[in-house]
Amino acid sequence: MAKVTFRIERCKGCRLCLNVCPKKIIAIDESVLNAKGYHPAGVTEPEKCIGCAFCATMCPDCVITVER
Amino acid sequence: MSIVFERPHALIDRPLHYCPGCTHGIIHRLVAEVLDELGIEGATVGVASVGCTYNSYEYFNCDMVQAAHGRAPAVATGIRRSLPDRTVFTYQGDGDLAAIGTAEIVHAATRGEKITTIFVNNAIYGMTSGQMAPTTLVGQVTTTTPFGRKPELHGYPIRVCEMLSTLEGTAYAERVAVNNVPNIKKAKAAIKRAFQVQQERKGFAIVEVLSICPTNWGMSPEKSLEWLGENMMEHYPLGVYKNVELTSDGAK
Repeated sequence: MAKVTFRIERCKGCRLCLNVCPKKIIAIDESVLNAKGYHPAGVTEPEKCIGCAFCATMCPDCVITVER
Repeated sequence: MSIVFERPHALIDRPLHYCPGCTHGIIHRLVAEVLDELGIEGATVGVASVGCTYNSYEYFNCDMVQAAHGRAPAVATGIRRSLPDRTVFTYQGDGDLAAIGTAEIVHAATRGEKITTIFVNNAIYGMTSGQMAPTTLVGQVTTTTPFGRKPELHGYPIRVCEMLSTLEGTAYAERVAVNNVPNIKKAKAAIKRAFQVQQERKGFAIVEVLSICPTNWGMSPEKSLEWLGENMMEHYPLGVYKNVELTSDGAK
């Protein structure tokens, strides 16, 4: 059981977290715009998350917190 | 559940001004994580340089000083010598360290100053909009080399780690990259060792981090990471160029 939290107001939509996810469950949420004007990343299927923290390791803006 | 990954304490909770995908954010975080792990946040003085990192004093939770362009190693020398109980690091880009600040870094290294330098190499002048830097690769297109860097006209790129590793005052020199998760973990280990070398007063320590500049390279952040792996690592091979034995090695 793992949980990732995206702080979407800090996300710049750079997509670096997308490719490193081994489960490929991170996607850009085109329906949301944050205050900076970026479409933020988010998890599409949270139940599949294994808590590897690869996304958080790759994130340049400390958007992601991982719990396991 | 317990938290396995969160913002390190030594990195202030403040939005970074860097472009989307800029790996300065990753390198800032790695330095902050190392300060946390070594428990030296309150006894560390960082020296910010000029370039995109001019503002890094806004982000690190330790004491910070802003140095004139290229002079971070000279400022760090003064701080380290006058406050010998502090850990002192400089955070410099390639336009700062390898261009205007070459004299300062070479002499700080050869004097064996007990400081740690984090050298971020993205092969271009990022802040001033992508001119050729001393580290720009042969053939690389920049705003001042629109037909690619030509050795007969512009010379060859400087390999800073190799150059500084020839100096006796340098105790530790390693080149790392932040283009994927395994390399980021290696980069953190290298940064940690560079701080430990300073703590044991072995001499000058430098970690060169290959980084990206999506905005001025004219690529997406993902494409930039690929470009780094395919082109930069060929000219700038990763690895340890100089190392020294630490007493903490035996404790492992």
